[in-house]
Amino acid sequence: MLEVLAQPWPWYVAGPLIGLVVPFVYWYGGRKWGVSSSLQHLCAATLPGKIEYFQYDWRKKGAWHLAMASGMLLGGFLGGRVLSSPTDTVAISEATRADLAELGISNFTGMIPAEFMSFDALLTLPGLVLIVLGGFLVGFGARYANGCTSGHAISGLSTLQLSSLVVVIGFFIGGLVSVHFILPFIF
Amino acid sequence: MTHTSEISGATAAPAERQDSLSVYFLVGVFLGIIFLKSEVASWFRIQEMFRFQSIHMYGIIGLAVAVGAVSVALMKRFGVRTIRGEEIAWPDAASMRPQPHHILGGTVFGLGWGLAGACPGPLFALVGSGLPVVLVALLSAVAGAWVYGLLKPRLPH
Repeated sequence: MLEVLAQPWPWYVAGPLIGLVVPFVYWYGGRKWGVSSSLQHLCAATLPGKIEYFQYDWRKKGAWHLAMASGMLLGGFLGGRVLSSPTDTVAISEATRADLAELGISNFTGMIPAEFMSFDALLTLPGLVLIVLGGFLVGFGARYANGCTSGHAISGLSTLQLSSLVVVIGFFIGGLVSVHFILPFIF
Repeated sequence: MTHTSEISGATAAPAERQDSLSVYFLVGVFLGIIFLKSEVASWFRIQEMFRFQSIHMYGIIGLAVAVGAVSVALMKRFGVRTIRGEEIAWPDAASMRPQPHHILGGTVFGLGWGLAGACPGPLFALVGSGLPVVLVALLSAVAGAWVYGLLKPRLPH
């Protein structure tokens, strides 16, 4: 059993498992599943200032998001360290591997490209763009759109929200621009 | 993080009462394991997705939506209530209408997703998997949320 779990999980297993979280959270708490609200709650809890967006009872509104986010930390440890090894290589397609090699990536070990996403590379142009700018835009955009992959692409489309479809189109406009027009210039 | 003040407004705010935080923690553990084991948290997989070079991410998101949509439709069809017997407040038509902030925010998010190679859930999971440098990305995401809050009154919505 453990041996099976320690293999990479195929997409047709992982997808339905993630999808089940949507009805579960509705059934258990009457809530719409989403992750990025936790970023707003972290701001409201630490540095709300006088900003209206952060003036609310984050304990009451956000405890469940923050509990789930904390669980993800532990889940990441179990999935990444107990059920996998950090030296495993993700079996991406040959075409992607060739494209990334052309960009200058040679280390395909682990979940992130260690050459460019590490503390050593943090203050280089690729490090700053991938880690700091990338992270910033994820947080800014998720709150601007009022949801991220979980809240819009999965929960929103599951409940047939037209607005979520528009958000997902935005995800792809932005992602395609980053991958095809920004990344080639920073490596 | 307990639930002590249920004196007033208990009926006005049905989504804010005492469900157990440990259950949500376990949901997070479940998701964190999946994000790592299905490689959703892999920067390389996100690159592959935005290059349309594998079914992997499309299969995961597509099947997640399919299972979510069928479940939600069944729950609506059979009038399923929450575990405490409350009616579920499904998203209404007003939240369905696309607004400028949907396409604008979605595009900004996509720009970040293509660079950082992780959306918020996987960012938490990657930190837990022992990649402290991803904490910098996560804190940058929190900073992004903060700056959004600051600029919100001046942004088109």
